[in-house]
Amino acid sequence: MPIRTEPMTVNVGPHHPSTHGVFRLRVTFDGEEILEVEPVFGYLHRGTEKLAESRNYTHIVTLTDRLDYVSSMINNQAYCLGVERLLGVEAPLRGQYLRTIASELQRIASHLIGIGFFVQDLGALVTPLMYCFRTRERILDLFEMLCGARVTVSYARPGGVFYDAPDDFWPALDDFMKTFRAEFGEIEQLVLENEIVRARTQGVSPLPLDLAINCSVSGPVLRASGLQWDWRKMEPYDVYDRVEFDVPVGSNGDNYDRFWVRFQEIRQSASIIEQCVEQIEPGPVRLELPLLVRPEPGAETYARVEASKGELAFYMISDGGISPYRMKIRSPSLINLTVTEHLLVGWKLADMIVTLGSVDINMGEVDR
Amino acid sequence: MAVRPLTGGELAEKLQSAVPDSVDQWTDDEVWVRPERIAEAARFLHDDPDLDLDFLNSISAVDYVEHFQVVYHLTSLSRQHSAVVKTKVYGREDLELPSVYDVWRGADFQEREVWDLMGVRFDGHPNMKRIMLWEGYNGHPLRKDYL
Repeated sequence: MPIRTEPMTVNVGPHHPSTHGVFRLRVTFDGEEILEVEPVFGYLHRGTEKLAESRNYTHIVTLTDRLDYVSSMINNQAYCLGVERLLGVEAPLRGQYLRTIASELQRIASHLIGIGFFVQDLGALVTPLMYCFRTRERILDLFEMLCGARVTVSYARPGGVFYDAPDDFWPALDDFMKTFRAEFGEIEQLVLENEIVRARTQGVSPLPLDLAINCSVSGPVLRASGLQWDWRKMEPYDVYDRVEFDVPVGSNGDNYDRFWVRFQEIRQSASIIEQCVEQIEPGPVRLELPLLVRPEPGAETYARVEASKGELAFYMISDGGISPYRMKIRSPSLINLTVTEHLLVGWKLADMIVTLGSVDINMGEVDR
Repeated sequence: MAVRPLTGGELAEKLQSAVPDSVDQWTDDEVWVRPERIAEAARFLHDDPDLDLDFLNSISAVDYVEHFQVVYHLTSLSRQHSAVVKTKVYGREDLELPSVYDVWRGADFQEREVWDLMGVRFDGHPNMKRIMLWEGYNGHPLRKDYL
């Protein structure tokens, strides 16, 4: 005789280690099975868009650090591209190369965090995470050499980058790249070839491509569902049209594929960095812009980049003043959460945490 | 391989013939649609095989005090072009636009965010409630007269 069960509603978060920040899921379970899901957020809402309206264009760079705080370099880059387009200027080539190198290092760091926490969510406590953090720490050391900060970097500035890289940055980067592939190969072997990881993730929570597109999902989650779409290729910015790289795609869109795609993207990022280091030439790194810039009244731009989580865009409108009239942030983490319900309903509690990890959200960016 | 931005003229011509009286005006970069026809226009932009704008990048709202401007950034992933569609809503109280949720489910959180922070409701959205702030919060903080 089957045991009688009844639905039970549980709040997972906002203070729960597995939700990767102050994120709350209202879940209705029948035993272990998920019947209903409602994502609740806003706990980290700091009103970045409103703040931007009362800061000047130079100040806002520091606000963008705090969006997706594990990929600040990419946020800075997206914002600065936006300001440059509003002003109708372009950063000097060396500045563009430095931004690209920094962004790709940041993408590696961000994906490493994603992978580390994903494995932790699967139940492999601490050790794999520390393998990822070991490599990420060395990237942060490189950032410290570039700009003095490790997390909230504010390295890219409207018109280029803050400073040229110091002389000892290049041997340090070279040294990092040499050992990186070996270290990363070790992590890859540990995770991708692990039988338990495969058993727990393959075929779990697949996301069909047509639903992913209809729900505006972007980044690795979209590519895992089988579409080769990367804004670095489709709308090249900075020097992405000068380097060669592949856009890896998955086939099933399940939890395994979402992670497999991130692993492959790390390899591509490493290759982009190596090409940039080969191509970069001496020159100025930043345009001489006044501290307070005033774009034309009515100028507007939708500046998007392929951030580590997906399409990150700054939609900025100028009224001729020293701060934007409106700055809307298109946040990939928030919009990727649109599919939460589809991904979770019908699956088990233990898969819920893993699936959430596979979407790789960052609450700083969801709530803004 | 690059995404081509469609001009407002191209979009206006197609929209005008498929959805009569939907186009307000256009410029080189964007097309302005009458607010009451936005959902029909969206349906056409999504379904038309030549336009095939299947991806809703973003919905943004801008407060110009005498009116609100709602902007839809769209992309066709198969045809590799993009479009900007705008609409104007006049007034300060009880503002409403037809929802495009049925066309693009990606509008779900974005329309809720516009309601929460700008105070424009979307008719036809299945879950039209605040998203960042809590129910019962007074006002819509991204409006220019809020602070």
